[in-house]
Amino acid sequence: MSLPIKDDEIDIVIGALHSDLTSFMNAWRPIFSRFHLIIVKDPDLKEELKIPEGFNLDIYKKLDIDRVVGTSTSIIFSGYSCRYFGYLVSRKKYIISVDDDCLPAKDNKGFLVDAVAQHITNLTTPATPFFFNTLYDPFTEGADFVRGYPFSLRSGVTCALSCGLWHNLADYDAPTQALKPEERNSRYVDAVLTVPARTLMPISGINIAFNRDVVGPALLPCLRLAGEGKFRWETMEDIWSGMCVKVICDHLGLGVKTGLPYVWRNDRGDAIASLRKEWEGVKMMEEVVPFFQSLRLPQEATTAEDCVVEVANAVKEKLGSKDPMFARTANAMLDWVKLWKSVGGSSSSPGA
Amino acid sequence: MAQPSTISPATLLKDELDIVIPTIRNLDFLEMWRPFFQPYHLIIVQDGDPSKTIRVPDGFDYELYNRNDINRILGPKSSCISFKDSACRCFGYMVSKKKYIYTIDDDCFVAKDPSGKDINALEQHIKNLLSPSTPFFFNTLYDPYRDGADFVRGYPFSLREGVPTAVSHGLWLNIPDYDAPTQLVKPLERNSRYVDAIMTIPKGTIFPMCGMNLAFNRELIGPAMYFGLMGDGQPIGRYDDMWAGWCTKVICDHLGLGVKTGLPYIWHSKASNPFVNLKKEYKGIYWQEELIPFFQSVTLPKDCTTVQQCYIEISKQVKAKLSKVDDYFNKLADAMVTWIEAWDELNPSGAKSAELPKGASK
Repeated sequence: MSLPIKDDEIDIVIGALHSDLTSFMNAWRPIFSRFHLIIVKDPDLKEELKIPEGFNLDIYKKLDIDRVVGTSTSIIFSGYSCRYFGYLVSRKKYIISVDDDCLPAKDNKGFLVDAVAQHITNLTTPATPFFFNTLYDPFTEGADFVRGYPFSLRSGVTCALSCGLWHNLADYDAPTQALKPEERNSRYVDAVLTVPARTLMPISGINIAFNRDVVGPALLPCLRLAGEGKFRWETMEDIWSGMCVKVICDHLGLGVKTGLPYVWRNDRGDAIASLRKEWEGVKMMEEVVPFFQSLRLPQEATTAEDCVVEVANAVKEKLGSKDPMFARTANAMLDWVKLWKSVGGSSSSPGA
Repeated sequence: MAQPSTISPATLLKDELDIVIPTIRNLDFLEMWRPFFQPYHLIIVQDGDPSKTIRVPDGFDYELYNRNDINRILGPKSSCISFKDSACRCFGYMVSKKKYIYTIDDDCFVAKDPSGKDINALEQHIKNLLSPSTPFFFNTLYDPYRDGADFVRGYPFSLREGVPTAVSHGLWLNIPDYDAPTQLVKPLERNSRYVDAIMTIPKGTIFPMCGMNLAFNRELIGPAMYFGLMGDGQPIGRYDDMWAGWCTKVICDHLGLGVKTGLPYIWHSKASNPFVNLKKEYKGIYWQEELIPFFQSVTLPKDCTTVQQCYIEISKQVKAKLSKVDDYFNKLADAMVTWIEAWDELNPSGAKSAELPKGASK
């Protein structure tokens, strides 16, 4: 059963890449209004933010980011990376983050999905990364561990990350969406499952939640493509961050879940136009996946900060020579840890 | 880029797939499956008393083997085939001449999908087996080759062709496949959640494979589907499919083959007696604590390039590492070797298989 969570243990962090958040906030109002929100305005956004009344929130803009972070860091909090500033300054245990072009989805019975409640359930029930349960999440109502599941593995581990999915515009890359311009995701897969240990996957930043106390510093705004843009097709920052988080969770014995909740993602942008920029990201994955698959962290790394440093050093050593982007990324990761230690409040708890 | 299947797969494999059914009681359940199963050849493995006549509904093309047939065909090697346990079904895999096998329990019926339509489980299994698997990187939208889905952003293009699928593991609505302790604690729990997904079980991850609703490519992985020594005269039961699943997954991982789980669902109607189950599973519950770490750490040498070689290698490691758990594993390791010997005898590679003595057939 999930632990009872108080609303004030949760922050909802929104990176505002659009200035007018009125319809976004109003659509989420029934779900968000109980909670404290952190809205981080993309420093590149010129217009003033338009936010409706009735929310408990803090807004951070370019001025605030500069003030807190100063010029001492190589981290660039622009575009989709602006939300990480919100992760940095939050002091809550659980963070939920959705892109500002996403709205609440409907489940297979037509009811509005409370994405916050589902993410919190995912984070507060154990994950089971060491053995696959064929009935998916054994802690959900109406399910359990199946025959053949070792009893010693049934208590599970702390779930550090909850990755949700998307209806309508799924998180495809530009080539895929360009080839299937009409394809929209309407399938509701009624499952949450733990991603097995040592299995890697593309962790999308569009709809995620995490336990900031145990993995906060491992979500990092460190990889920027040369052609980084304001569409998800033009970035890999979340995919990079996700690979780091998964490797670190595997090392620390923490769990990552994927599946519910769904959000509804608005149609936006032009996949074909983004194709040119995306190519860099596509190429990058070919280098990056074998690197992460073989990455092993030393026993002495027992906190998320330690692990980020180890990963950064490995990136520098093994990928730095392949592309200057990786060397920059490694440095940004080290900068991020420094920033986290000085601005991020108390250091993260040792694994689980 | 993932392409959806446009050919009707069911008609394609009519002469390439056998349906293997172990039974001890009767085959009335076949009536419900008739619209889906009738085009296919059935191999019925009759467990228990061979003097009993199992009635097969009219109109099915089948061959039936009872214990006497198994003893006659395998001679002394028949010792590897379990008696008084549905594990005997693997004899059906061995005598089949087809490329694909679907096996189903005789208390499994046609389920309905959320729209109320009958689920053609066999058709879904065939689709699963005919499309690639993706064990090297997890796709968050599950099966990328399905209609309406694809690989997500960040999925390396070099991994998008996938690998051949060796196993399709289906699930069950109504009575879920729980172990005895869970059944005792939750006797009324029914699985009513229809999870509309098929996914590849990642490389390096083992899973509890249930034999109630299972299909596989016999040419790719057949010899690994030995269901072990269970039932009469054995200290354990209800771990036959588990054993086969662990061996199969380790070998699939080694040979670069895929294992899928998820759709299709069947409707599992009978809850077996949990106290009887507890007696059968009791040792297994303790032993699996040793077995799981064993299988998780099995490595197969590079020169094991066939399923049989991999399987013999596993049997050696079973003998070396698990005999200290119980002497049963010595017997099991020997039975694993006997199984492979019998398999190779009945399935000589290269030349067309010789005319072999068959069971009663229609």
